Amino acid sequence: MTGKTVYDKLWDAHRVREDADGTTLLYIDRHLIHEVTSPQAFEGLRLAGRRPWRTDSVLAVPDHNVPTTNRRGGISDPVSRIQVETLDSNCREYGIEEFTMNDPRQGIVHVIGPEQGATLPGMTVVCGDSHTSTHGAFGALAFGIGTSEVEHVLATQCLIQKKAKNLLIRADGQLPPGVTAKDLVLAIIGRIGTAGGTGHTIEFGGEAVHSLSVEGRMTVCNMAIEAGARAGLVSVDDATIEYMHGRTFAPKGEMWERAVASWRDLVSDDDAVFDQTVVLDAAELVPQVTWGTSPEMVVGIDAVVPDPAAAESAVKRGGMEKALAYMDLKPGTPIQAIKLDRVFIGSCTNRYRGSARSRCRHPRWQGRVQHQAGAGGAGLRPGQAAGRGRGSGQGVPRGRIRMARAGLLHVSGHERRPAGAGRALRLDLEPQLRGTPGPGRTHPPGQPGHGRGRGGARPLRGYPSMIKSATEYTENTENVLFSGAARSACAGRQQSVLSVYSVALL
Amino acid sequence: MEKFETLTAIAAPLDRSNVDTDAIIPKQFLKSIKRTGFGPNLFDEWRYLDHGEPGRDNSKRPLNPDFVLNQDRYQGARILLARENFGCGSSREHAVWALLDHGFRVVIAPSFADIFFNNCFKNGILPIVLPAETVDQLFNETEAQPGYELTVDLAGQKVITPNGVEFGFEIDPFRKHCLLEGLDDIGLTLQHADEIRAYEERRRQEAPWLFQS
Repeated sequence: MTGKTVYDKLWDAHRVREDADGTTLLYIDRHLIHEVTSPQAFEGLRLAGRRPWRTDSVLAVPDHNVPTTNRRGGISDPVSRIQVETLDSNCREYGIEEFTMNDPRQGIVHVIGPEQGATLPGMTVVCGDSHTSTHGAFGALAFGIGTSEVEHVLATQCLIQKKAKNLLIRADGQLPPGVTAKDLVLAIIGRIGTAGGTGHTIEFGGEAVHSLSVEGRMTVCNMAIEAGARAGLVSVDDATIEYMHGRTFAPKGEMWERAVASWRDLVSDDDAVFDQTVVLDAAELVPQVTWGTSPEMVVGIDAVVPDPAAAESAVKRGGMEKALAYMDLKPGTPIQAIKLDRVFIGSCTNRYRGSARSRCRHPRWQGRVQHQAGAGGAGLRPGQAAGRGRGSGQGVPRGRIRMARAGLLHVSGHERRPAGAGRALRLDLEPQLRGTPGPGRTHPPGQPGHGRGRGGARPLRGYPSMIKSATEYTENTENVLFSGAARSACAGRQQSVLSVYSVALL
Repeated sequence: MEKFETLTAIAAPLDRSNVDTDAIIPKQFLKSIKRTGFGPNLFDEWRYLDHGEPGRDNSKRPLNPDFVLNQDRYQGARILLARENFGCGSSREHAVWALLDHGFRVVIAPSFADIFFNNCFKNGILPIVLPAETVDQLFNETEAQPGYELTVDLAGQKVITPNGVEFGFEIDPFRKHCLLEGLDDIGLTLQHADEIRAYEERRRQEAPWLFQS
């Protein structure tokens, strides 16, 4: 018998039944819910006269519509308020544990899961959010689901699934200093493309991945979906187990010992068979920057904007030409020569404390980038959508370059502004809001995907609900990121940082 | 999901081709947190003379007297007669929820948009494809005879006119089974409830920490 991958093991352990055609009823251990994708699921239950199968598997947190300033005043936007209140009342009605808006444990759903130990190795974890793959960092099988599936899990504790293929992405060697998890995952996407993981579950392995902090692994797994895979994961090692120890929902005492013994098996066997394997040399990586409108349009900071003429296919060439036109960039331009007008700091993927702690550490690049950023007159609003009103003399945001990492950029002469002032919104946060249009999730005009991030022509001016959601989301992120000791630890850095990139990557 | 048994009901003729889902339920109504309550805004732009917004009292809005669903003779209709490519446009499931909420259980048309067609089955609406000339005939008869009722016999896969004329229709056997039994995906999964419980029992022994709250 051949060995199993981690994904094989997780799948087998959660298979309730399987039909001849491979259709499987997969058992779900942890169901995270938030206010945006759950109301109609609860309503569906009620209409059908059903009850949740196992409420102790569900953990609820409002995170998309929660104000980040002055929560005592409640939520002013009526649509947001109704969504949050609906979550509250559904949780009360069914006895589901919820971290409500003013609960100190409240935070972004993908942060609180691990933080509370509600996400454990070996679990199946689902949430009505495409970035649920984040939880795979802990050796869990985690993926995003739609509202009808939220209802399905509530009612049956299972999902109807077919097994994906196994893709191993192995990053050998160590990342150089100043090259982060985000660079690693961007380099991976640059290599395999945004559809490279389609139909697969990705296991991120190799020395470089296992040398990452668990937060760094979360960043990598978060972006599995950008590589086309619904789920990405990292096998369990000492760092995973150490992270879980003592967390609120984690097992204790003798149960902890039993759990750890079982988690130790969550590694791919030596003779496991992967359908595909991709190998990278992590030691060769430099900070990555995307130059286009898709995360696969990415090059190293030492490279130049690529020439579509060199593309291997007409389709690819067309896509590159459109992206360059959109970004207003010319082939051959050195990445470091691109001037930045606006800088967005803090992000959804890099939202974990580990990334926030990153500094401008890269000895080779820091100086030059710093200079260029200074020349561009960067504005800086940590943890918030950046952008300034037109007519300010600096124009609308053109800082479309996505310097996709923490610790890359020092921005001098930055400006910090309070939250909530009306101004043009960069599309940076749009991906978090992308997906099914719904309350507070307005689409920008034009086709999704292409069209994000164009500060000059198409900021999301005139979409007040979007601006609200976007600013709330980032503000919220900041609250999570910089809570307590981390906040003071990061305080100095917030003024000099750091991570620059457009969340359009997400 | 409600079981689909034989239905005899008034048929309302909506004589337009390519009716898209934004016509069925305009986008401003998608902000709802419910999948019920869309009925009063079904075909909102055709049905009312003013512009509709969520939260307005629809009973106080001026009705368009020319619109078919506003006519006395079609009140209580549960079967919608439609033209080609019904339900095209955005994939919003709200379109089906709005039809259902208004009381429709059957839509008869020469053709349907694919996503809409699938969404119907998920929500207990039966979309019936009949040849264009048959649909034409049904339109003519409906309009000619007030109180005209059609009978839809799903088990027998036929539409029966008041004169006893029968038109057979095709349906995927599995979907037919689900509609007849009132089974949605959840209903189907719950047929395996014993297996789910047995699995849980086994897992509780193997990995009890997964069952701590």
